[in-house]
Amino acid sequence: MTSLPPESRKKLGLVIDLDTCVGCHACAVNCKEWNTGGHMAPLTDLQAYGAKATGVWFNRIHSFEAGTGENGRTVHFPKSCLHCEDAPCVTVCPTGASFKRAEDGIVLVNEDKCIGCKLCSWACPYGAREYDADAGVMKKCTLCIDRIYNENLAPEDRVPACVSTCPARARHYGDLGDPDSEVSKLVRDRGGQDLMPEMGCKPVNKYLPPRPPKTRAAAIGAPEALAPAAKVGTAILSWLDKRLKR
Amino acid sequence: MHPAFSVILFTTSHGAGYGLLALAGVLAPLGLLPQDPWFGFATMALALGAATLGLAASTFHLGHPERAWRAYTQWRSSWLSREGVLATLTYLPAGLFGIGWVFAGRLDGVWGAFGVTAAFLAIVTVFSTAMIYRSLRTIHQWANDWVPVIYLANAVLSGAIWLNMLLLLFGRPWPGFAWFAAAAIAAGWALKIAYWRYIDTTRHPSTAGTATSLAAYGEVRLFEAPHTQDNYLTEEMGYRARPTFVRRLRMFVHLALFAVPIALTAATAMLPPAIGGAVMVFVFVLSGAGILAERWLFMAEAKHTVMLYYGRRRV
Repeated sequence: MTSLPPESRKKLGLVIDLDTCVGCHACAVNCKEWNTGGHMAPLTDLQAYGAKATGVWFNRIHSFEAGTGENGRTVHFPKSCLHCEDAPCVTVCPTGASFKRAEDGIVLVNEDKCIGCKLCSWACPYGAREYDADAGVMKKCTLCIDRIYNENLAPEDRVPACVSTCPARARHYGDLGDPDSEVSKLVRDRGGQDLMPEMGCKPVNKYLPPRPPKTRAAAIGAPEALAPAAKVGTAILSWLDKRLKR
Repeated sequence: MHPAFSVILFTTSHGAGYGLLALAGVLAPLGLLPQDPWFGFATMALALGAATLGLAASTFHLGHPERAWRAYTQWRSSWLSREGVLATLTYLPAGLFGIGWVFAGRLDGVWGAFGVTAAFLAIVTVFSTAMIYRSLRTIHQWANDWVPVIYLANAVLSGAIWLNMLLLLFGRPWPGFAWFAAAAIAAGWALKIAYWRYIDTTRHPSTAGTATSLAAYGEVRLFEAPHTQDNYLTEEMGYRARPTFVRRLRMFVHLALFAVPIALTAATAMLPPAIGGAVMVFVFVLSGAGILAERWLFMAEAKHTVMLYYGRRRV
């Protein structure tokens, strides 16, 4: 059924910190690694070693420059499915393959029902869905549904692959429907943002904006200014200095 | 957007076929078309043949055409599903109307009502085809009210060209209808000009700034793409037609779909049927090429918001 379920209380999703992301692509690589054997497996690559390599990924890391001069910055920008509350990719699906789970808000594709018409990927503003030309069906991020509920994994591993691998702790996973969850607090404290709010999709995933740049030395705990080095010039040292410089 | 030939053939052929069905379904029961069963056969064969060709083409680009029947299930939420349901449903009254016209020689009473029902469903089907595109908020060039109006206008003008051709080929000229066809083409031309002006002067409200949530920091520029080769997204949504080619193709559409067909169709109101028939066969072919070009541009000129993540600042 591709009508959206009533608003779920639980809204599982990601909070991505654009301040600390270093753009290493480790989350994308671990996503590919896990999911090519996971729920939507395989994440097909075509001509992987050829001149025109192409393949399905659920997570892509773009890098942007924003602003100029002292306020300009480079921002690494990971992008995966935002598991929107008002997901247009779900309602356009003609077959019922694309659906949003009522219990936790995760948006999934039932591959056995997908006819590969690609309309859902046209409806998504964010490019979260990638078509698998080999399997003839649409594929997308599952929020690692086969990890987060997996009782065979240690409790600390029951998070999406991208979150578990991030070396900069720029990715946080949790219930954004619970105002007291760690992720909801992060969004409140840091002013978490929606992507393209004007599209009205109400994405669950939020992005934490980069912090203001630190332009003063004191801001990172260094002395405000360095004291000039004491003058210790003697004839002998000066002579030695000249000899050693040669 | 990538202009897939299967989608272009589907929307044009299906639209023209159902445009012809809508005209015949209304005009024949009113006694304005020849009752001749052979004329009825030719009209219904052309209308349903073109519509069926279009529907078949629509399954060519599917990853799993054998599951296409599943597309009938989600009519509550999906315009694509509604289109499939309505397109199929139309065959029922259209088939009965055709049987009445061709085999029973009847266009009155319930047989006429089948025609009017088929006409109504055909128009609603073309509208829902357009709504597949109209409902995609991600594409500024599609998510506007010009789109359904132009899809309907193109269906009617194509159907009118085809019907005028059939009338003349059967030696049954109807000058009034030739004038109507010319007026329909002119109306379609005005709408298309207005649409092109609209997409040339307006842009999607989203920008690279809103897409990344970084607008507050100043202008957002792509520093490094996530991948060095094309992927599905850049191939499907990143299609870039060369501006000079777009300009030339628009000129071709102005001439082949609108200007020349208006002049020649109006002329058939005054020409003897033998010459008029030959002229209309030429208009049929020329406007066919014109509408394929028009629909190619509709796809190729459409820009998707995902490209804001790949270096475009506006779409």
